[in-house]
Amino acid sequence: MTTTPAAGEVTYLEAISQALDEEMARDERVFLMGEDIGAYGGAFRITEGLLEKYGEWRVLDTPLAESGFVGAAIGAAMMGMRPVVEMQFADFISCAFDQITEVAAKNHYRWGAAVPLVIRAPFGGGIHGGPFHSECPEGWFFHSPGLKLVAPSTPYDAKGLLKAAIRDPNPVLYFEHKFLYRRAKGTLPEEDYVVPIGKADVKLVGRDISVITYGAMVHLALEAAQVLANDGIALEVIDLRTLIPLDTDTIFESVGKTSKAIILHEDNKTGGVGAEIAALLAEQCFDQLDGPIMRIAAPDTPVPFSTPLEEFFLPKTGDIVAAARKLKEY
Amino acid sequence: MDVAVDVTEIKRADLLQMYYYLRLTRGLEDRITALYRQGRIVGGCYTSHGMEAIAVGYASALERDDVIAPFHRDMGAFLIRGITPGEVLAQYLGKRTGPTKGKDGNVHMGDIKRGIIGFVSHLADNLPVATGVALAFKIRGEHRVVFAGTGDGGTSRGDFHEAMNFAAVRMLPVVLFCTNNQYAYSTPLRLQMAIPDVVDRAKAYGMPGEIVDGNDVAAVYLAATRAVARARAGLGPAFLEFKTMRMHGHSEHDPAKYVPRELLEEWKKRDPILKAEHLLTQLGYGDITLFQEITERANKEVEAGVEFAEQSPLPEGPEVLEGVFADSADDH
Ligand SMILES: Cc1ncc(C[n+]2csc(CCOP(=O)(O)OP(=O)(O)O)c2C)c(N)n1
Repeated sequence: MTTTPAAGEVTYLEAISQALDEEMARDERVFLMGEDIGAYGGAFRITEGLLEKYGEWRVLDTPLAESGFVGAAIGAAMMGMRPVVEMQFADFISCAFDQITEVAAKNHYRWGAAVPLVIRAPFGGGIHGGPFHSECPEGWFFHSPGLKLVAPSTPYDAKGLLKAAIRDPNPVLYFEHKFLYRRAKGTLPEEDYVVPIGKADVKLVGRDISVITYGAMVHLALEAAQVLANDGIALEVIDLRTLIPLDTDTIFESVGKTSKAIILHEDNKTGGVGAEIAALLAEQCFDQLDGPIMRIAAPDTPVPFSTPLEEFFLPKTGDIVAAARKLKEY
Repeated sequence: MDVAVDVTEIKRADLLQMYYYLRLTRGLEDRITALYRQGRIVGGCYTSHGMEAIAVGYASALERDDVIAPFHRDMGAFLIRGITPGEVLAQYLGKRTGPTKGKDGNVHMGDIKRGIIGFVSHLADNLPVATGVALAFKIRGEHRVVFAGTGDGGTSRGDFHEAMNFAAVRMLPVVLFCTNNQYAYSTPLRLQMAIPDVVDRAKAYGMPGEIVDGNDVAAVYLAATRAVARARAGLGPAFLEFKTMRMHGHSEHDPAKYVPRELLEEWKKRDPILKAEHLLTQLGYGDITLFQEITERANKEVEAGVEFAEQSPLPEGPEVLEGVFADSADDH
């Protein structure tokens, strides 16, 4: 991935800004809350200019109190508003864990009141953020029924999924990958579009091995596919895009074809999203499998800070290449 | 500010020592800023420029076996507790010789042996922890005190309030503080809370509170000494609000355009180092020659630290896997 967009291209970060702007223009119930999102434009400058455009009651700088402002967003959502909350870093979502898992997630199931809330959570490593600014917290929420979880990997999906999330009547956690902000680029349609929640995308069609992944790791899988093409191994790369609800149809169909699966994510290995997918494959696709289900993930440690440590921690293209070669042998 | 300060209570040697630590903090952080601008610092970089008197003042008021749970602009406290400039720089450069061996960066460090609770990014997370440290002292009948704080922004979190309440209910030997530097990242105090003084938050928990000039190291030292003495005597927790101004951006990448320039100009005149020099001169404890001498000594230490950090090795990748769990050797 190079860093300057070509003519007509936008970055992943710009795609998110566009989605916010367009949804605010389209629906006056949409409003934003978060730390430093107003005059400052947010820690990553995603909301830059929106305060001037929409005023201080639609772009609210909050006190430093995640549980408090997520709870407030839940209340406003129940009253028919469409709050979009920004976590400065996904890591701080833990401070609002209780409101998200106990209130937002269970609300509709318990007494039928919808919570049309979006929480944008900039997640992931590769930026030397250390243990508190690089986390992948999706696993914590993957286990809490009532939440939808999305994690786009391209500008197109970032915009389309955010729009879908804002229009969805449920609490949606939108995991945007910090590493992709200025690195992932693409052209976007002129017209309004959404990427439906719950639909995976086959990023690369291949006959040999299915790589099931999401977020920044999608790009790693595509890189590995290029390397492996020289060995005559054709990877099929599935970008999940949505973690809950999980598009099992696409996953099963692909594995049914290739008979081999590698699950790849940046989150820690144990109890991560990949563990669930591996279990589903073992349960549903046992007859079709021609080799062990492989998982590539970060080791079970916090995200380290120092460069050599972080490089060791994060999955690498080489890990996928090695796993694919091994799997090919079966 | 609202409490008269009798500086003659402080010994000359102590004041000069504090001046040295002000200079060491400034020298070290200026060096870190310079390294950051050269692109040699790994990750973010938060400094206490203009706020050095707070950490230097309170850490000087503590005994060796007291414990601190510092805030992210408390470099002076780390230094006074014995973390060397070399170790700090190693931490910033991601080297193995830093207190976290490269696992974490910048001020995110701690050292249980030196009585420093490791900083957690999630602001105010450490305040309930600090009350627990104090609880241990209380249960064991030890006359040790905990000093723990956060910024004005951090005091909005539930964990701050839960810690204040628990400390007050159980009369724990903990001094909680807030460095009110008027902004939380870009958020001005008026969007953080509907009261002008953070100290009012202490009243709700039945805790005595005091507003202190955070740019005056002597005032900080004396207020901390009083609060610590109270807590040590079993009279319970106290809250200190240090009024100050953050003279740099939230981190060194932030030009802080949201702060009016006039406000900075005004606070520049109250620079803690100038203030300390003025006080020392007034008391007849020092003059320009002595100040220069001390500054040079501090800067030399910083340069030695840079050399140490630069020569230190980076950790090796597989070290990532070490230390997730404690073993019996870590038991204390
Ligand atoms: C719980 C939590 N939410 C968000 C952040 C991101 N963040 C880091 S510093 C900061 C502002 C802190 O303001 P304050 O407590 O006043 O201290 P200051 O940095 O101004 O000295 C924010 C929002 C954080 N560290 N922790």
